[in-house]
Amino acid sequence: MVARTAHPARHDAAPPEDDPPRPRAPGIWARLRRGGLPYLLILPAVLLELLIHVVPMLVGVGMSFLRLTQFFIRNWSAAPFAGLDNYRVAVDFDSAVGRSLLHSFTVTVVFTAIAVGVSWLLGTMGAVLMQGSFRGRGLLRTLFLVPYALPVYAGVITWSFMFQRDTGMVNHVLVDQLGLFGERPFWLIGPNSFAAVVVVCVWRTWPFAFLVLMAGLQNIPGDLYEASAIDGAGFWRQLRSVTLPMLRPVNQVLVLVLFLWTFNDFNTPYVMFGRAAPPEADLISVHIYQSSFVTWNFGSGSAMSVLLLLFLLLVTAVYLTATSRRRNHA
Amino acid sequence: MLAAAVACGGGDGGDAGGSAAPRTLTYWASNQGTSLDNDKQVLQPELDKFEKQTGIKVNVEVVPWADLLNRILAATTSGKGPDVVNIGNTWSASLQATGAFVPFDDALLGQLGGRDRFLGPSLAATGAQGKPPAAVPIYGMTYGLYYNKKMFAEAGIGEPPATWDELIAAGKKLTKDGTWGLAVEGASVSENSHHAFIFGQQHGADPFDASGKPQFDTPQAVAGIKQYLDLMAVHKIVNPSNAEYSNGTEAVQDFVNRKAAMLMWQSAAASFKAGGMTEDEYGLAPIPLPDPSSGGKQVNGMVAGINLAIFNFTENQDAALRFVKFMTSPEEQKVLNKAYGSLPTVKDAYDDPAFQTPTIKTFQEILANTAAPLPQVPEESQYETLVGTAMNQMWADAANGKPITDDYVKSKLTQANQQVQPGS
Repeated sequence: MVARTAHPARHDAAPPEDDPPRPRAPGIWARLRRGGLPYLLILPAVLLELLIHVVPMLVGVGMSFLRLTQFFIRNWSAAPFAGLDNYRVAVDFDSAVGRSLLHSFTVTVVFTAIAVGVSWLLGTMGAVLMQGSFRGRGLLRTLFLVPYALPVYAGVITWSFMFQRDTGMVNHVLVDQLGLFGERPFWLIGPNSFAAVVVVCVWRTWPFAFLVLMAGLQNIPGDLYEASAIDGAGFWRQLRSVTLPMLRPVNQVLVLVLFLWTFNDFNTPYVMFGRAAPPEADLISVHIYQSSFVTWNFGSGSAMSVLLLLFLLLVTAVYLTATSRRRNHA
Repeated sequence: MLAAAVACGGGDGGDAGGSAAPRTLTYWASNQGTSLDNDKQVLQPELDKFEKQTGIKVNVEVVPWADLLNRILAATTSGKGPDVVNIGNTWSASLQATGAFVPFDDALLGQLGGRDRFLGPSLAATGAQGKPPAAVPIYGMTYGLYYNKKMFAEAGIGEPPATWDELIAAGKKLTKDGTWGLAVEGASVSENSHHAFIFGQQHGADPFDASGKPQFDTPQAVAGIKQYLDLMAVHKIVNPSNAEYSNGTEAVQDFVNRKAAMLMWQSAAASFKAGGMTEDEYGLAPIPLPDPSSGGKQVNGMVAGINLAIFNFTENQDAALRFVKFMTSPEEQKVLNKAYGSLPTVKDAYDDPAFQTPTIKTFQEILANTAAPLPQVPEESQYETLVGTAMNQMWADAANGKPITDDYVKSKLTQANQQVQPGS
């Protein structure tokens, strides 16, 4: 359309041989111009994407093949080529480095499954219950979104204060007021630290699920509910046969995004536990940070990051293939 | 870049005025006071003095400890950063290996008044042996045993403990309804590794062998760490909650708030004062030395402290050197170490009566006689990180009531040892 409106102006300037039967068989240049414009428009975005995402990623991949220790960080080009050594160390599960990476990976998988599951469930529940209009709905919706709007650091550091053993509010409520435990449990160290980090992650994540699903629900036509109600469907039947199927495209994206964010989450564990997380809550992004930045071996850390990237790509590809096939069948 | 630095150096050397060299330095200071703001208040008047004397303006940024090493590594990698920087002296050899700092050879040290002006132990913690120091010491520190005089008197203890058994006995008397014998920062990687080193030395352990190979899990190292952990695990004189103390202030707060009667710490006078504890309320004794017949070393502290380094990408090395000279001058050493409760690192600053107090004298004797420097090898920072992190877990397990056996400690240390990545 843009090309067509521009046509008269170009007509004046164009050389005569370019001229004749434009409407029936457009010249190759015009076609290119028409087809090229969208590409021209997204060019800045592509360049920025390259600059901000792709180039650093490739640098990271390059680093993973180097022995980039403290002796070479000032001059990377002098770092000796390590081949696949960094990868070999990372996946050698008989060595301490490989074993601890595997442990951290397992912890992260379990953590992600629980955190995404619970966040999604809470988000769906919240969105469905907020669907009908009632007094105070706006207020509640706003309140639910607060954790998402708070700066990560402020929110998580507050949680870590609340989880302190002697002076934290969690133990005050559980032990002093409810009397659930004889002795004050630890939350920031030891086995409970896993539960603690899951709680904080869910608290931070579920409002996003809530927000997206709430938007998704707006697109479900009210007639469907009316029609199903006339057919005698109750709340649960409507949920199962109308709401959830209609939300499928939204959920497909939502679950993937939640998975990627949660799996990669660095801020929550780092702010809660610092750089030395307890083994029970040793999530992979902090683990990789710890093993590269703190032992000053950036090659080894990059190799772990590349492995993580490959894993996430694989999961994403399998997930997208599986879900879109199901949708095509439907 | 190198050419520019050389050119500037040359231009500045004449000092004939009208030199085009930048007359501004950037300085990253470490957090020595009670807060970042407090540091600025201490440093700014001195920097103003320096500007008045030399016409060189110094822009200071106080960097929190949690960020300092990362910021230095980022500056090293990118070649962009401050001209002058404070470093923890245990990082000296590791950072020296990056080649990021101007080496203080005899000529440069000569400009500062010569090698002999500096305290031996502090100067020993400035880089690998046999290499020119990567930095010069400005604040000297070591570990001592603080004790609350009033709580000791109430428990009927006359003298601070002189042996480890006495320390445990005193701790047991002091541990009752809500108060504890001793406070530790159980989830602080650096505090943990320092204590692992000190008590390891008492049993004759060295983290690295003569060829520089890591040996974190020797029986001596295990014994040293177990001695420390047993304070909570066996003798029950440390509050299990201390296992989650991580930010480097919580144990001090417990001591200030009389929740604990003893504290093994570096100079903390400023924090005590800020917490409302007066100087006659607490005393300082050396951490008990081991029985000389036990075969260990007579060590009860580490050579801690802060060094000042010049980044070699500075375009104004002459001005940077003049700033280092200023900071190591007797006058500034007196002013700054007084403000921070630390020890001057040059001998000609000790005539000031402020450094004749019992606390400072005790620290000074420990630093001069029974403190050992952490190994000055490039992998030292990995020792601190790996062993310190392993000890976080050991404290956590001790706090959760898991028995702390020799085998348990050894297995954790072996794991840490296996994760060392050789430097070269």
